[in-house]
Amino acid sequence: MGKVLAFIETRDNKIKNSGFETASAAVKLAGETGSEAVAFLIGSALSGIASELGAYGIKKAIVTEDQRFEKYSTTAYSKIIAQACKESGADVILLSATSMGKDVSPRISAKLEAGLVADCTEIKVESGNIIATRPVYAGKAMVDVKVCSTIKIFTLRPNVFKPVKVDGVTTEVVKVTPDISDDDFKSQVKEIVVNNEKLDVTEANIVVSGGRGLKGPENFHLVEELAKVLGGAAGASRAIVDAGWRPHSDQVGQTGKTVAPNLYIAVGISGAIQHLAGMSSSKCIVAINKDKDAPIFQVADYGIVGDALEILPVLTEEFKKVLSN
Amino acid sequence: MKIAVCVSQVPDTTTKVKIGPDGKSIDPSGVTYIINPYDEFAVEAALQFKEKHGGETIVVSVGKDSNKEAIKKSYAMGIEKGIHVKTDVEMDSYAVARNIADLLKEINPDVIFFGKQSIDYDDSQVGSLVSEMLGIPSITVVVGIEVDGNKITCEREIEGGKEVVEATLPAAITTQRGLNNPRYPNLKGIMQAKSRPIEERQPTYTGNKTEIIAMTLPKPKSKGKIVGTDVSAVPELVKLLREEAKVI
Ligand SMILES: Cc1cc2nc3c(=O)[nH]c(=O)nc-3n(C[C@H](O)[C@H](O)[C@H](O)COP(=O)(O)OP(=O)(O)OC[C@H]3O[C@@H](n4cnc5c(N)ncnc54)[C@H](O)[C@@H]3O)c2cc1C
Ligand SMILES: Nc1ncnc2c1ncn2[C@@H]1O[C@H](COP(=O)(O)O)[C@@H](O)[C@H]1O
Repeated sequence: MGKVLAFIETRDNKIKNSGFETASAAVKLAGETGSEAVAFLIGSALSGIASELGAYGIKKAIVTEDQRFEKYSTTAYSKIIAQACKESGADVILLSATSMGKDVSPRISAKLEAGLVADCTEIKVESGNIIATRPVYAGKAMVDVKVCSTIKIFTLRPNVFKPVKVDGVTTEVVKVTPDISDDDFKSQVKEIVVNNEKLDVTEANIVVSGGRGLKGPENFHLVEELAKVLGGAAGASRAIVDAGWRPHSDQVGQTGKTVAPNLYIAVGISGAIQHLAGMSSSKCIVAINKDKDAPIFQVADYGIVGDALEILPVLTEEFKKVLSN
Repeated sequence: MKIAVCVSQVPDTTTKVKIGPDGKSIDPSGVTYIINPYDEFAVEAALQFKEKHGGETIVVSVGKDSNKEAIKKSYAMGIEKGIHVKTDVEMDSYAVARNIADLLKEINPDVIFFGKQSIDYDDSQVGSLVSEMLGIPSITVVVGIEVDGNKITCEREIEGGKEVVEATLPAAITTQRGLNNPRYPNLKGIMQAKSRPIEERQPTYTGNKTEIIAMTLPKPKSKGKIVGTDVSAVPELVKLLREEAKVI
């Protein structure tokens, strides 16, 4: 039986939450197929962080460090992940469907001539076959997919596979020297521009999004204040992005970002199909809209039919109150 | 400069999905097909690239006869030449990419533009697959492009920010909304597009690496709870989120 190789994403030499998700998913899948989960980490100075994966059941981690890996390079990362797959004898590679995972995985697929199923929301084993489920048509349908090649690659939609802690596992960390030359860095990240430390909608556990029902950009602070009190991120419908109230990086939906937080609060958003495409897999959806027939109520778990401008400040105060207790 | 752009043809974003009789794909009856919205950014990027750096533009699409419409739309916007790899076989991203790569090996473009994803299967694979198959660098989800000699520098969107990525040409770029505003075809463009020939090719590869075994509709949500109709509902909503949904 082969192995399940889990590519664990790091940022600033720390394991990202999506990395723990990938680790847990790999441990679970390896358990179901009777194989072994091996973690793979790339970085410039990872100083022992791989051992943190023991808490998620990873018994072995391969770490490769090189000064040149300080910033991401599509060409170099894909080469050494493919190498790690071959050297470890893995027949499954799991990655998170983050911007890095989505960027690097097809290149690995081409190198290994291995089928890739992107953005999976479920992976199960049925009579020995791995079946991945993923949304298509922006979440309007789901498909079950089987990979026909010997090596199989899956990327996991962030926030869907939860990290699971297990007791009593320690990680054996193996360092390997990458077989890489300067020529492999044909594309190279030079600089990362952070949106003033703002939490991204795709990484937040709670997202509060506003739409045209807020009436004007001057009212958007009501959404931001609620998001802040909840420790979440503020998102936007396309209508208000197009109107210039918010940057495109905040847009949720088919032509914006896909989010799957624990809680999504849609304020003054009608719930057009293209908006739903980006948020309908959220665990709990709350809608605040003054039109009781707005389509957003069809996907909402809870709703208040009323004026957002009146309700938002009261809601923020109420959360402040209960959260401080 | 040779500038290539790859376009797909997809169901309109407002399509109501019905499962077809095979249980593995959508029922195409009544569906309107459009050029993949992200590919309009790719076409616009190709045209702007030509305007700045000179060269010729060529559009490629792999798929059914109806894919010609996406090529014609690209013509109407200003692309000069088009190749349709005609096939009725359902291809996965890998197979599509192999066909594109085989074709582009002949053409040897200096830059290739793709959309960041097709909005049917939302795969986000073809651009990176093709570039790996051609052995050239790729930069995905691009919202800004600068070219200096054979050096290309792009901004790409990542979680919470942007990366500035440098690569050398030839390279592949996948385009994200925000990169540009696709031009509207003018009447002359539309008229010319009608008569401009499309070169037709046979597929060079049909082996899929993945197989869809079933398509299902997402479980309908049980009807949500309307907690109230004004601010007086707020305490109850907060209570439900904490005690019933347990999300706070
Ligand atoms: C190709 C394509 C791609 C698209 N991609 C996206 C996408 O990625 N994301 C996206 O969001 N959209 C997208 N759209 C646009 C989408 O179709 C809708 O137009 C958009 O989502 C509407 O935004 P909205 O809900 O803010 O505005 P509206 O539809 O105008 O809705 C405003 C809502 O606010 C309510 N309201 C008004 N006043 C109040 C008040 N005082 N209190 C409470 N509620 C109030 C109204 O009842 C209404 O329901 C796309 C469209 C196309 C064609
Ligand atoms: N059948 C196709 N023919 C030509 N280009 C395609 C085809 N399918 C996908 N592409 C290109 O690849 C991009 C990404 O598609 P996908 O990987 O399917 O999400 C699209 O935006 C197109 O630019």
